Amino acid sequence: MPDSIMPFAVFFASIFTGNILLTNYLGMCSFLSVSKELKTSVGLGVAVIFVMATTTPLNWLVYQYLLIPFELEYLRFIVFIIVIAAFVQLTEMTIERYSENLYQALGIFLPLITVNCAILGVSLFMVIREYTFITSFFFGLGSGIGWFIAIIAMAGIRQKLKNASVPPGLEGPGIALVIAGFMAMAFMGFSGMISLS
Amino acid sequence: MAKNLIRKTFLEPLGKNNPVFVQILGICSTLAVTNKLQNTMVMTLGVMFTAAFSSWTISLLRNHIPSRIRMMVETMVIATFVIIVDVVLKAFYPEMWKQLGPYVGLIITNCIVMGRIEAFALQNKPMLSLIDGLSSGLGYAYVLLIIAFIRELLGTGSLWGYRILGTWWTNWSIMIMPPGGFFVLAIIIWVIRETIMKEAKHA
Repeated sequence: MPDSIMPFAVFFASIFTGNILLTNYLGMCSFLSVSKELKTSVGLGVAVIFVMATTTPLNWLVYQYLLIPFELEYLRFIVFIIVIAAFVQLTEMTIERYSENLYQALGIFLPLITVNCAILGVSLFMVIREYTFITSFFFGLGSGIGWFIAIIAMAGIRQKLKNASVPPGLEGPGIALVIAGFMAMAFMGFSGMISLS
Repeated sequence: MAKNLIRKTFLEPLGKNNPVFVQILGICSTLAVTNKLQNTMVMTLGVMFTAAFSSWTISLLRNHIPSRIRMMVETMVIATFVIIVDVVLKAFYPEMWKQLGPYVGLIITNCIVMGRIEAFALQNKPMLSLIDGLSSGLGYAYVLLIIAFIRELLGTGSLWGYRILGTWWTNWSIMIMPPGGFFVLAIIIWVIRETIMKEAKHA
């Protein structure tokens, strides 16, 4: 694949064929607990897109210009999580200071995000797959959008499901996992178009 | 009395307080590797090690950590133990390390580890916290090993890499693909909730 279209291929692939939630099971905790309401899901989803698209290139810079020159690659777990936590904290404070409305809609979800496995996962995948800076950005953005689509779809289905009669043992997380399984199958329909290594 | 407490601490996470069934916590990082029994074993051992020792460490420090920054301290401690797991794997089992890829690092964000620290280690003595962390890890491990057992057996007809089922067996390839993990976990949760949980409610 020529380098020039690589970022776009990765962008597309990370939304559909390699959806971080449905193929890598990352970000399941908040996915299962928050997807009960459509409105909160939208809030969390947007926050995830924002944080992924920003922290992935940020971590790329830190990895390339701090960790590699000092041969500290093994410290990447700690460093990445600090970068993510610091960035999230900073964003939360900025939003709180400047926009009350945005804080109400988005800010309250930010602390939840630090512990979302998907955010750290995207950064770790970015290192392993040896993406360039631009590709990292598109990978982060695409993964965020993919996660957003998955949680929105799930929240929509779960709202409809309130009227359905589910076996008592399967209520809550059980049925959510079954739905996620079907969604993963649906997304497998995209595979073969493009694949993430 | 003390012995009873230890027993109770050890047994609760294995049964009625199992982190996976009751709280559906921490499946993110490991579910992805449950298509092979061997990988699951290594990952869950990593989670057990991390959960036990970070609970122990935090419990030792519990009276010295300012509560405002305790999340950060906890994350640092967890990350330290995860790095130990990662480095050891890389040094002794490079093949396995390659297969697990980013998932070892993702133990840091595993909610069980952090959850047990918050819920238990901050209020209890070091030894008891160590046991609690270990048994939470164990309660988590056996569920995931069951999932891996089902997925690998049905998906490839083999276990631990060895062929178990004869050539008559047609592989259910859906099992080793992502949807299989969701379905198997859902079914296990369903079965457990219908049987064990119901008994617990009546008792």
